[in-house]
This record gives sequence, C-alpha cells and structure tokens, in this order.
Amino acid sequence: MALPKRIIKETERLVAEPVPGIQAIPHDDNLRYFDVSIHGPAQSPYEGGVFKLELFLPEDYPMTPPKIRFLTKIYHPNIDRLGRICLDVLKANWSPALQIRTILLSIQALLGAPNPDDPLANDVAQRWKEDEPGAIATAREWTQTHATP
Amino acid sequence: MRPLRLLAAEFPNLACEQLTATDKASSKPKKLHLKPSEGAADSHTEQPPLSPTSSQRLPTLPNNLTVAEERPAKRSHSSTSTHPHPTGDHETDEEVAFSPAYDALVENEPKGKMSEMSDDDFLSGGSDDDFMDESMDSDFEEEDGTQYLDDKDDKPQKKAYEVDFTVLTEGEIKKAQSDAIEESCAILALTPENAAVLLRHFKWNKDRMIEQYMDGSQKLLEEAGVDLTGSNKPELKTVPGFMCDICCEDEDGLQTFSLRCNHRYCADCYRHYLSQKIKEEGEAIRIQCPSDGCKVLVDPKSITMLAGVGVLSRYYELLNRTYVEDRENLRWCPAPNCEFVVDCPVSQKQLHEIVPTVFCTCGHHFCFGCGSNDHQPCPCGLVKKWLKKCEDDSETANWISANTKECPKCQSTIEKNGGCNHMTCRKCKHEFCWVCMGPWNEHGTSWYNCNRYEEKSGIDARDTQAKSRASLERYLHYYNRYANHEQSGKLDKDLYIKTEKKMTMLQSASGMSWIEVQYLDAASKVLQQCRQTLKWTYAFAFYLQRNHLTTIFEDNQKDLEMAVEALSELFEKPTDQLANIKVEMMDKTAYVSNRRVILLDTTAKGLQDGTWEFTVEF
Ligand SMILES: [Zn+2]
Ligand SMILES: [Zn+2]
Ligand SMILES: [Zn+2]
Ligand SMILES: [Zn+2]
Ligand SMILES: [Zn+2]
Ligand SMILES: [Zn+2]
Repeated sequence: MALPKRIIKETERLVAEPVPGIQAIPHDDNLRYFDVSIHGPAQSPYEGGVFKLELFLPEDYPMTPPKIRFLTKIYHPNIDRLGRICLDVLKANWSPALQIRTILLSIQALLGAPNPDDPLANDVAQRWKEDEPGAIATAREWTQTHATP
Repeated sequence: MRPLRLLAAEFPNLACEQLTATDKASSKPKKLHLKPSEGAADSHTEQPPLSPTSSQRLPTLPNNLTVAEERPAKRSHSSTSTHPHPTGDHETDEEVAFSPAYDALVENEPKGKMSEMSDDDFLSGGSDDDFMDESMDSDFEEEDGTQYLDDKDDKPQKKAYEVDFTVLTEGEIKKAQSDAIEESCAILALTPENAAVLLRHFKWNKDRMIEQYMDGSQKLLEEAGVDLTGSNKPELKTVPGFMCDICCEDEDGLQTFSLRCNHRYCADCYRHYLSQKIKEEGEAIRIQCPSDGCKVLVDPKSITMLAGVGVLSRYYELLNRTYVEDRENLRWCPAPNCEFVVDCPVSQKQLHEIVPTVFCTCGHHFCFGCGSNDHQPCPCGLVKKWLKKCEDDSETANWISANTKECPKCQSTIEKNGGCNHMTCRKCKHEFCWVCMGPWNEHGTSWYNCNRYEEKSGIDARDTQAKSRASLERYLHYYNRYANHEQSGKLDKDLYIKTEKKMTMLQSASGMSWIEVQYLDAASKVLQQCRQTLKWTYAFAFYLQRNHLTTIFEDNQKDLEMAVEALSELFEKPTDQLANIKVEMMDKTAYVSNRRVILLDTTAKGLQDGTWEFTVEF
C-alpha cells in the first residue's frame, strides 16, 4: 500500500529540519518504522545520555497515535521496565493534528520533568516520591551504565 | 403482623412429612471447598471433625430438589418465559382458576404497575356496602387460616417488597428524550439541537439546566457546546491554497470543514476522525475538534452532516445509552441482547431500606439497584458484602491458623480436633505439645497439661482459637445453606425443559389437556422463585443480630424451606402418580408461594421501618 502523503511529508521534514537533540530515521524496508534517539535534557539526571527508542506508525495513523517504546534501559517514574511510556498525548489526548515531531518533543520534555503522580513504573514512582535525591542518583547511574555511548 | 403459622392448620401433614431423597443422583448438594482435616490429627479425645455440611436442625437438605435457577436457561422474548410477567398475562386463567389455591398463587405474582389502584377504587364502592361489610366482618374473620384465601377478593395491594416500575422499549426511550427536548425548547426558547446539547450536558437534569441557563453563564454554554449565535449551519467549503494538516492533501477543490473555532481539516479526515471516535472509542457527546488542545465540541448537526450511515446509527445508539446511564431512574435490562429499559423510582440512597426487584418483559428479573439477579430479601449492600466474604478465603485462613499447625518434625499440616494437647503426628509419629510445640516427653509428669497452658498467653491463645472457630462455624452454617440452594439451582438449569417433558408425558398418560397440566409449570416456577429467595435469606440472616425478630425470621425461613422440600418432592414423583396428586400439588404450590410472600413482606417491612439490627454497616 502506498504511503500516505502525511507520512511522507512528516518524514521529509524530520530529515530536512531535525529537532535539536532528537533523531528519527525510517527503516528502508518499512517506512512506518523509525529508529529514534533522544538526548537527555540538560540539568536532568538523563543529561549526557543518548536514549534509543522505536516508533511505529499504525495503519490508521494519524487517527490513532504512533506506538513508541524506549529500547534503552531508563530509570524514570513514567516509563516502565519494558520501555512503555505513560504520556497523555499518546493516549486519550492524542489529536490527529499532532505529529511525530511534537510527540518526540513531549517525550524529551518528560525526561526533563518526571511526573511521579501519574506513574507507570510503580516502584520507581514510589521511590521518586519518598526519596527524590536517591531516585535521581539512580537515574543518573542508569544513564551512565546504559545510555552512554 | 401475620401469624407465622398461618396455614399450618390447613396442611396438617406438612410438618411431619418425611422428606426422602429421591433417585436424583445428579443433584448432590455442593460440598464445601474447605477441607479442614488434610493432615489429620491424633489427639486422644476423639471429637467429630468440624463438619459444616451436617446439620441436625435442618430437615433433609435438598438432595431431591430440582428447582431454582434465577432465570430460564435460554432467555428469549418468546412466550415460553418461565417467569411471572409484570403485566400479569395469565394465559390460562379461565381454565385453571377453579381452585382457590391457584387463585391465591396467581395473585402472588409481582405486579408491575400496582399504582394504578387509586383511592378512588376504594371510595367508589359506595356507602351502601358499608353496612353490609360491618355486619359480615365477624363472620369472615374467624381464623387466620383462611385469611390468604380471602385476600384474593381484595383489590391487588402492593406488598412491601414490591416496587413500581415500567419496562420501556427503545422507542419509548427515544420519545422520552424528544419530549424533554421539546419541553426545554419551549421554556428556554432554544433550538431543539441546542436544547438537546444542553440537556445532555446536564445529564438530563432539567431543573439544574434551566437554573444555570437562567444564570446565563456564557462560558458554561460554550463548554457544553451550545451555539447561541444560531449561525451554526454546518457546511463543507473549498478554500483556495488549503492544505489539510492531518493528511497533508492540498489539491484544488478539496472539501473542508471546520467548527466555529476555525480549525479546518479536509472532509475526509473529519469523517475518518468521527468514525474513530464514535465507532472505535464509543464517544458521542464529548467529541472535540481534532485540533490538539481545542475544546470545542463537535455538535450533533455537524456529526449528522459529516458521518456515514453506519457511524450515525452507532452515534444514535450511544446517545440512547448515555441517556439511560445518565438517569438514576433508568437501567438497561442486563440480560444478554435484551434491549428493554426499566424505569423505577428507587434511588441508590434508598437501597438500605428496599430491595427493588424488577421484571423485564424479556422474562429476566433482576435488582434495579445493582443490576444483579434478584436477591430479595437481602439488600444490595449486604449482597455485596456477602459475595466478597464468600470470595475471600480469609475465613478459611483464620480457621486454618487457629486450628492447624505444622508438625515440628516433618512439617505436615496437623489439625487439632480435640481438647488434648498431646499430639501425635500421623505421618512421622512425632509426639509433641500443641501449646508449646515442644516434644511431649519433655513435659514429664504434667500429663496433658503443659505448664505454659495455664499462663496468660496460653489462655489468650486458646480464646482466640475458640473465637475464630466459633465465627467460622457460624459462617459455614449460613454459607452451606446458601450454597446448597444455589447449587440445586445450577444443577437444574434444564428444569423448564424437564417440566415440559413431564407435562407432555402426563398428557398422554392421563388424557389431560395441555391446559389441565399447567399446574406442573406453576409448581416449577414457584419452586425456582423460592430457591432464589431462600438462598438469599441465608446471606441476610448471617448479618442479623440475634434477637427476637431474627428468631421470627428464621422460623419463617424454616417454614418456607420445609414447604419447598415438600413440594419439590411431589414434583419429582413418577409421571403415573402425578395426575392423582394434582390437587395436593396445587394446594402446596399455593402454600409455598404464600410462605414466600409472607417472608418477603415481613422482611421488607422491617427494612422500611429500620427494625432489623445488623452486625455490619452497609
Ligand atoms: Zn478547534
Ligand atoms: Zn485531510
Ligand atoms: Zn430484559
Ligand atoms: Zn441489588
Ligand atoms: Zn510429623
Ligand atoms: Zn507444652
């Protein structure tokens, strides 16, 4: 099936005007599948890390949101062990007017501002609430161990 | 209040009747899942093991019963429903109504709309009768025993356990909505579309809506999606140089659409979007503009214009659903594929004082309060607690912790079932002290009496154990009877079919007509109903404080249970005997049915008056 115009345009723009700190490259054999990497935001425990994600545009995209998952291990209250992300725009608040670009920016922002009150990884969120400095230290450690090239 | 043994005189043989188990091997009472004596214990004094299923007090537990599923195995809209109809269409009235007992039975069926009995009906009797009535009173009020037979002459009166309700069709639901819309249009001078939007926003609470509308909060109206400018004529437009942000199409002549927020997308994307929201996400009244973060709602007019036939029909369906779900007085019949809605004025707040069982036209009867199968006389709150309790194994766990320990040597589970503390493990023959778990030989000469046993800690431990055991035994007493009636019901799902077969067999055997064998059907219906009721009386009784009223309740319960066993036994008789016991069976059917009415009625009155004392809050 031919790739919808929307996906072609988005891809072209992602390549032509990349977002700083974010890279998204489609697979040659499947243009709906992207290798993504996001740089940890400055002043966050993820600073200095490069996080790999996979992104897939489902058949009914953009009526339904893209499917995204972290491949790099990350210690974050809104990201679970399997790399799934708890982010409203990826679920109920998805709008077909949103784009890959905007979603990736939201994820980057989530790294800069974890929200332990809306958690996916329960134990991490718990720790984040009870012992924030400790949790941040762990997040930093994990970034060192798993996300440093 | 009615005397308890209302009809005892009429059925002198009932009480002493020996209830025998029949050959119905399939209906074994449910065995309790708890097996207390897994590891088996040896203590010197043998005591009968805790056996919750045995009860000396209960007359033969229903080995032989064939009755009581909550609803027909196959639900259908056909007339073969095994259930009393709210409207009371007793097909066979003329033919069968020759027995007063049968009349009484028929009358005990729930009435859907009792409220039609107005005061006028009583007054219109005229004053002529008054004199006669008075003079006859003394003649007729001889003894309670005949009272229920007289009841049939009275106007149907709503029993304390009955509630008013009506069954509505989907058409009537739609009409109710359009009526409300029309009315609001007239009051508020709104277009029907806006009135509908506003009503839905206020969950059809007209008064609140009118109040807020009068306050004139523009923001609120906007939030609700009301377009007061009246300029909302949804239309498709072509815009030169337009590119759709969703699909990125930009060809000339592209049809586009936007709401008043002017977030414009191509018509195809809009349709796609609506289909996604309505068909996939089941959304109807809160569909927002596709633009990220825009809160403007897609109004019904726009949806009607844009969406295809399939999406639209789903949309209307969802609107209907929401209407019913938003109204406290409405509930969908929970039977699968049933599309009727029951309208009942009982509110959630009243559920501690009434159990609103309603009867759908499809034959299903259910609790309007919680939607589960009929659970009279037990209030919703207690039903919930009871089911939770049965689900929890906490009771069992309590029992196990109080009554079993592991052998200190081989770790197999040992049950203490006697008073003696000198335990011998059956498996490894290790002898030890139950109290201190130490080896028995170290206890020296203090036979059967561990030193520590007399200490406070020992006594406390013994107390807890005893209490826990007593509480478990109490629970099991009720649980077993509850489970038993439930199980009998489950095993007899095919009861109706069996009844039909019996009726056919009886016809050919006795030469009776189809109409003449209807008493079997009546008996089977009553049995089913009573099983259902009995089941829940045990959950109810479990939560009752021990007092005088509880004793009366349990007497009533016992009467009903015995009557049910007796009728059920008749019902199971071989076909060649059935014809001969027709009158007996009809009388018993009427009697059983009446016992049930009495039990439900007194229980419901107590709930209404708040006279029951419960061991829990609900
Ligand atoms: Zn908008
Ligand atoms: Zn489009
Ligand atoms: Zn129904
Ligand atoms: Zn209920
Ligand atoms: Zn042992
Ligand atoms: Zn001891």
